[in-house]
Amino acid sequence: MNIFDTIERFGRFLIYATERWGRSWIFLARSLVALARPPYRPYLYFTQLSQIGANSSIVIALIAVFTGAVLAVQGEYTLSKFGANAYTGPMVALSLIRELGPVLTALMVIGRAGSAVTAELGIMRITEQIDALRSMAVDPIKYLMAPRLLAGIIAMPLLCGLFNVIGILGGYIVAVGLLGLSAGTFMSQIEAAVDLVDITSGFIKAAVFGLIFGWVSCYKGYTCGFGAQGVNKATTQSVVTASVAVLIVDYFLTSVLTRVFMQ
Amino acid sequence: MISVRNLHKRFGSQVVLNGVNLEIEPGKTTAVVGPSGVGKSVLLKLIMGIMSPDEGEVIIGGYNMTAARSERSKNEIRNALGVLFQSAALFDSLSIYDNIAFSLRERMGLSASKAHTRVLSMADALSLTPYLRNFPEQVSIGIRKRVGMARALISEPKVLLVDEPNTGLDPLDGQEVYDLINACKNQWGFTGLVISHELPEVFQVSDRVAMILNGEIIVEGSPAELSNSSDPAVQQFLNGRTDGPIKIQ
Repeated sequence: MNIFDTIERFGRFLIYATERWGRSWIFLARSLVALARPPYRPYLYFTQLSQIGANSSIVIALIAVFTGAVLAVQGEYTLSKFGANAYTGPMVALSLIRELGPVLTALMVIGRAGSAVTAELGIMRITEQIDALRSMAVDPIKYLMAPRLLAGIIAMPLLCGLFNVIGILGGYIVAVGLLGLSAGTFMSQIEAAVDLVDITSGFIKAAVFGLIFGWVSCYKGYTCGFGAQGVNKATTQSVVTASVAVLIVDYFLTSVLTRVFMQ
Repeated sequence: MISVRNLHKRFGSQVVLNGVNLEIEPGKTTAVVGPSGVGKSVLLKLIMGIMSPDEGEVIIGGYNMTAARSERSKNEIRNALGVLFQSAALFDSLSIYDNIAFSLRERMGLSASKAHTRVLSMADALSLTPYLRNFPEQVSIGIRKRVGMARALISEPKVLLVDEPNTGLDPLDGQEVYDLINACKNQWGFTGLVISHELPEVFQVSDRVAMILNGEIIVEGSPAELSNSSDPAVQQFLNGRTDGPIKIQ
């Protein structure tokens, strides 16, 4: 294989990847436009909000309580080396509100609901249910994708809020109940350290992660390949792509939001 | 009612349709037959406008489906269509009642009470009343096909498209689907296009039959004309022989 073959293959891959990337952006744009156009079918939005949001709340609460607890243990251990274990509360709260809340919530929702959304849409694709919708003059982007996208954008900040509250509660139980910190110190230091901008930036991140969740999981399901293997591949790709995208976007979003809110 | 003109479609280097022409008169039913993998279902998707041809056009009731650029303008043409899919393609998250009512609510925007009356009437006509509360996975494939037919016909389409009507059915259920198509045709009087590989069974619902092979329609005529065709490919297909011009893929 000579150098020209390699260049040709690379060029082909580049065209293929650019085309896929472009298609996914068109898909997102169509879904967002569909959100604005009537008919609105509110029952579809509430159903998705329930499936993606409410049904994820138990697992989010479980992860949050242990994340808060482990943060309290690690925080108290590290801060006590500097005689600053009174700041365990702010450490737990700021870590959760600014970073771990939005990111872990997004990763959990992607794992639980994102895979389900992709698999559901993928099965609808291979069993011709999406073709059936189109044949009945019902736009599948509007009927199937838009409600899931909006539900992701709304549910993620709500779940993130739940994660933060329960995470702080988990940290409180460990720090105050097991490690002997004063309850008043724990709470008053949190109150002093946490600003509205910390909470706002966390919620903005969560909403963006909700958009990524809805976009990737719907796109992968909608463009699913043939058969059980196609659904399998789409579901795996959906979870991996969305999780990696959340972590990458998190870095850039954190940089931008920190700069914006610090000014 | 339906005109298919010089339709070409290829996937990569594989030519699926190579200049297909077909005319279906109002009130008549045409069956498009041929072995598996010759592009019958692709033809159906091109007619429905859910796939775009490389060349050629599809006219339905005077409206050009292939020239319609936006999904909205295609939907206006699709309002004339009812489709019975190969596996019925029922929405598995909805009950049979909701599947039948779907296009009344979502396509036509009817109120629940108006939709209810029509669903009950359609369910009664197709003997589906006992199954209305069930979900698709709880009933047999034969019942699912009947539900698919009810869903396709409830909006009173001018054209009924049927893809492989008795795939996965035993001979009795298969015959029931053909009887159902004929009964519905007599009652609602639609123009029909049936895609099938089952000969001669499909003749009983067809006024015309077109056989497709290698991307082209090789023979078209009445069921009797097709049966008496001297074309070796038609005779091979009719008699189910493995030797002949049709190569098993």
